[in-house]
Amino acid sequence: MQNLYLRHFKSYTATALMLLATLIVLTPLCLIFIHILKMGFSSLSLDFFTQIPKPTGESGGGMANGLFGSALLILLASCLGLPIGVLGAVYLTEFNGGRLATAIRFSADVLAGIPSIITGMVAYTLLVLPMKGFSTLAGAVALSLIMIPIVLRTTEEQLKMVPGTLREASLALGVPLWRTSLKVILKSASKGVVTGILLAIARVAGETAPLLFTALGNQFWSRKLTEPIAALPLQIFSFAIAPYEDWHKLAWAGALVLVVIMFTLNLGARLLGRQKRYS
Amino acid sequence: MQQHDSAVLKKIMATEAETSCAVRSGAHGDRIFRWLTFLFAAAVLLILGLMIFEMTKESLPAITKFGWGFITGSNWDAVQGDFASLPFLYGSIVSSILAILLATPLSVATALFITEVAPKRVGGMAASLIELLAAIPSVIYGLWGVLVMAPWLQQTVQPWFVEHLGFLPFFSGAPYGVSMMAGVLILAIMIVPIITAISREVLLAVPQSQREAAVALGATKWEMIRIAVLPYGRSGVLGGVILGLGRAIGETMAVTMVIGNTPQISLSLLSPAYTMPSVIANEFAEATNALHSSALMEIGLMLLVVTLIINALARLLIWKVTKGQKGGAA
Repeated sequence: MQNLYLRHFKSYTATALMLLATLIVLTPLCLIFIHILKMGFSSLSLDFFTQIPKPTGESGGGMANGLFGSALLILLASCLGLPIGVLGAVYLTEFNGGRLATAIRFSADVLAGIPSIITGMVAYTLLVLPMKGFSTLAGAVALSLIMIPIVLRTTEEQLKMVPGTLREASLALGVPLWRTSLKVILKSASKGVVTGILLAIARVAGETAPLLFTALGNQFWSRKLTEPIAALPLQIFSFAIAPYEDWHKLAWAGALVLVVIMFTLNLGARLLGRQKRYS
Repeated sequence: MQQHDSAVLKKIMATEAETSCAVRSGAHGDRIFRWLTFLFAAAVLLILGLMIFEMTKESLPAITKFGWGFITGSNWDAVQGDFASLPFLYGSIVSSILAILLATPLSVATALFITEVAPKRVGGMAASLIELLAAIPSVIYGLWGVLVMAPWLQQTVQPWFVEHLGFLPFFSGAPYGVSMMAGVLILAIMIVPIITAISREVLLAVPQSQREAAVALGATKWEMIRIAVLPYGRSGVLGGVILGLGRAIGETMAVTMVIGNTPQISLSLLSPAYTMPSVIANEFAEATNALHSSALMEIGLMLLVVTLIINALARLLIWKVTKGQKGGAA
């Protein structure tokens, strides 16, 4: 047996090292946060929300078209991806198909880890090549491909937590299974499902890589779904790597807006998730 | 007696037939419902299959033209139509592995601090802060990396390395700022929240009785962690690390913005490099000809296969751990 003091000394040292590691981890993350707040607020103005980017060399301008584009892309992607994700999860919980269900779960998890740029390439071959042009539609499909596995898995987790007695009670009253699933199971898990959906939207809202060669980006407003469209993350990217001080400022403002959107969605999801636990 | 039983049985069967009649109105809907939801669930399998199929199909021209030379060669020339991907493979592998080596000890120590040492409240706060930071999009890490971190590296950190450690091949050359070093650092910063979050989950799943047993035997805090907590959570933490590796290899935007995008193989951390996702991001939309985009597709295919394997491994490990946990709790 080692000396008791030595053992305590070792323990305290280990604890101190863990504290140190935590501080090291938090430092760059806090720095990023502080920079976004500082630079973002100093460059944010009303123009940001109402103007489109000015041509190279002119100062001012905003990212109104990017904000609109992002909103439209997310809306379209949600219309495509959410029904598939949610109803697919209903299948996994209601008709637990043994091996097939396991295979689906596993692929969903694996799919969620595939780099988003690959999703963009696939959407490119599926939509941009046949349609002979970059489009809003292709961007939305790329985003929905990212949403589906996330929504599927989070929804399934929530549906699994609905007590079996609820299902049995409904079936015993003669309600068909499909109505039971939709009106009883899905409804009683709705808060948790919405939490998952919000998180999926938050994840997709910041995606840049899959949009690079699907939505492509646009300096102006986009009028048709078959035209390239601007998106907030795309604009942040192209403005950040451009050599102009003015554009860097706009990129910081865009970053601040994007982070606020993300945190709002995440906080909303968290609050909903917490409420669920009490009820 | 026998007679009586069979009468009861008949009665039960009759009731059952009646019930199924009453339910029949829903039975039809149920069948449609079953197939509809099945289609949606199977869509996931379909998407995965479609991804592999499309990527393979599109990269066939490059695969047949260059063969194995695509992996071993290092010439990337869009004008001459000569493509080989070694510099990108090198950049991806080196940057991801260095980032993992940097991030893993820090993340695991942080997760231990949060779960084992810190008061519950502080730990909970730190955990939700880190989770929130995991939600920051990579383009924002990239923005910070290229506008704040890279200049700082160029003016402060890299000159120091050149001056004091410049005799090593790892720190030779001029300080550019955008470099392999910047790529590794930004990757490490980005995957720390992921590994920390998963490690924390795994550590929380360690049964309290394990800890109590160790403490009851007179273990100090560190001994308790070493004897009771770490062995129990080892494979789960490993799963988290592998998942982080998958993220690091596939990470596109942030790395593209800080790594310098130069297809070269250099031992020096100070020189610019290039990664597989970065070259796709930079060149795919403006690929000059069919062969160029096919070569980029092949890089994408390699990336897809590698991340598939990594993710499958990580998932299996994490599934094993969390399943055990659920089984134990039930």
